[in-house]
Amino acid sequence: MERFIRLDARACPLGLANVDTDQLIPARFMSRPRSEGYGRFLLHDLRFGPDGQSLGFALDDARHAGTGVIAARRNFGTGSSREAAVYALWDYGIRCVIAPSFGDIFASNAVKNGLLPAQVSPEDAEAILASLEAAEVPHLVVDLETLRIEVGGRSFAFAIDAVRRLQLLNGWDDLDLTRRHAGEIAAFRTRRLAEAPWLLPG
Amino acid sequence: MGQARTLFDKVWDSHVIVTREDGESLLWVDRHFVHEGSHHAFRQVEARGLPVAEPGLTFGVADHYVPTRNRPAIDNPEIAGMVERLSGNATRHGFRLFGLEDPDQGIVHVVGPEQGLTLPGLLVVCGDSHTSTHGALGAYAFGIGASEVAHVLMTQTLWQRKPKRMRIRIDGNLAPGLSAKDLALHVIRTIGADGARGHAVEYAGEAISALSMEGRLTLCNMSIEAGARCAMVAPDAVTFAYLRSRPLAPQGEVFEQACVAWQALASDPDAVFDRDIALDASAIAPLVTWGVSPEDALPIDARVPDPAAEADPARAGYLEQALAYMGLRAGMRLEDVTVDRVFIGSCTNARIEDLRAAAAILQGRKAVVPGLVSPGSSRVKVQAEREGLDRVFREAGLEWADSGCSMCVGMNGDLVAPGERCASTTNRNFRGRQGKDARTHLMSPAMVAAAAVTGRLTDLRKLAGG
Repeated sequence: MERFIRLDARACPLGLANVDTDQLIPARFMSRPRSEGYGRFLLHDLRFGPDGQSLGFALDDARHAGTGVIAARRNFGTGSSREAAVYALWDYGIRCVIAPSFGDIFASNAVKNGLLPAQVSPEDAEAILASLEAAEVPHLVVDLETLRIEVGGRSFAFAIDAVRRLQLLNGWDDLDLTRRHAGEIAAFRTRRLAEAPWLLPG
Repeated sequence: MGQARTLFDKVWDSHVIVTREDGESLLWVDRHFVHEGSHHAFRQVEARGLPVAEPGLTFGVADHYVPTRNRPAIDNPEIAGMVERLSGNATRHGFRLFGLEDPDQGIVHVVGPEQGLTLPGLLVVCGDSHTSTHGALGAYAFGIGASEVAHVLMTQTLWQRKPKRMRIRIDGNLAPGLSAKDLALHVIRTIGADGARGHAVEYAGEAISALSMEGRLTLCNMSIEAGARCAMVAPDAVTFAYLRSRPLAPQGEVFEQACVAWQALASDPDAVFDRDIALDASAIAPLVTWGVSPEDALPIDARVPDPAAEADPARAGYLEQALAYMGLRAGMRLEDVTVDRVFIGSCTNARIEDLRAAAAILQGRKAVVPGLVSPGSSRVKVQAEREGLDRVFREAGLEWADSGCSMCVGMNGDLVAPGERCASTTNRNFRGRQGKDARTHLMSPAMVAAAAVTGRLTDLRKLAGG
């Protein structure tokens, strides 16, 4: 997994609350193989009309070309557990989403793919959105070591679970960590299945 | 020992293999359900070259992409590929598959409990957010993403940080005609679509004890729409009666032993919750959603919100965009909203009790709009037909189909057309959820049936008994 330490990137303000994973990637694209790249499906139906014409969504504004960060309102990534929502963000080039709250499953999926869900207070989210809206070249710096976001000459704190922070900083993969516990897992399995006959089905 | 524990604490504790210094615990998984959409995870397993660690604890269910008409033929090659890929993975890795032609096939969150695979005290995961459903039986059940599915396939374990505990106590009795769906929408609109984020929810109180198992499954199912990590109901006589004689549940003497053990799965009287919420079921009217989040729910006699009356500009902007998408006028009566079609189905509301409630309204009446009824499982379908419910739906003019996720998520091609408005028993009214530019109103099965009869959002109590 790619490490996340510090990101200096273009940032796109999406003044939307409850951006659910059905919007991040509509279900009809999810049978496609990842090797095709999922970036073009990101927020597809907010961005494109029936004939594929641009609807003038913020992400497609020339000001936001090459954006690496999205800032949004509360409950980003709510809904379906589809990890494809993170694939769409990642393949588009997004490495960090800033919001006052995230769907739990989305936040977990994000970290497992190296994407930083940076949680800020609702007030700071509004200030960051306003600053990005006002900027000629909307841009910010996210520093995972100091847990700070620098934008428009101001600095904001953000939060992330301490373990997830370390995983992102080091690019750690869960499976490598788990396999160090193979002996404990095997012992637990034996103990667990002996506890009661119904722990093995049927 | 001494320290009082919640139901969640007890189930959590019994699954901890190891807890790291940083607070993350490695948990044992008792049941892992996979479906056609799990293909990304299987690809990750293949890339690692590892086997499935516990095929005996892994179960495949074909539901997300399966057709609901003209089975087993699948016209669309891309969809056929998804269903075949799951079969291939089941064969290759040696786990049981409830496939398209299996008489026990259905929606994973209906099949697990129905088969007796989901039991009190078990840890259940699936790469689907509505896995919270299974908590109705007193299991710790939650949805996971593809990377976690791959991790469970390869190790039968999962790293988790212990969530906070929240109790939602609902006392009082629901008015006649109301159901668990109304309770669920009431909870979500009260605490918000992220109101239970980071929390394991335990439902308690008179209104919960009074719910059937089908109702509890609906309530726990919708808890993810309040952002809950999982939702649980302590097992009781209703749970045991539901599980008795389920095909893959313990049988005979072992079942009796299990019931004794399961009775200990309750929160201690002095257990402390991080949050405690009290609601009154008797104060609830039938609820419908008007917007694009399940928290956008209102009593059927209310009016559509008016952005101009909203002081907070961000909120006003949200309302404006939601009303524009939904094609609604600010301030209009919800009962004046006309619908183009209805859908009765999904892991939320397609169990036998849901079909009975809808059929009770439709009995002897005609639907004035088209609609689809997709039972929660093939077994539910057989039982409904035994009870003659299929005839009620057909005679009312609705289509009676096979079981799958169907028009809740539209992956199998059962879609609401762009701009069409659907009264739906499903769980998500997100933009585009039931199809591009589709407009979804969530409500109970009886309310969907009432909307079918009048062609508008309708208080079912005006039709019940009439």
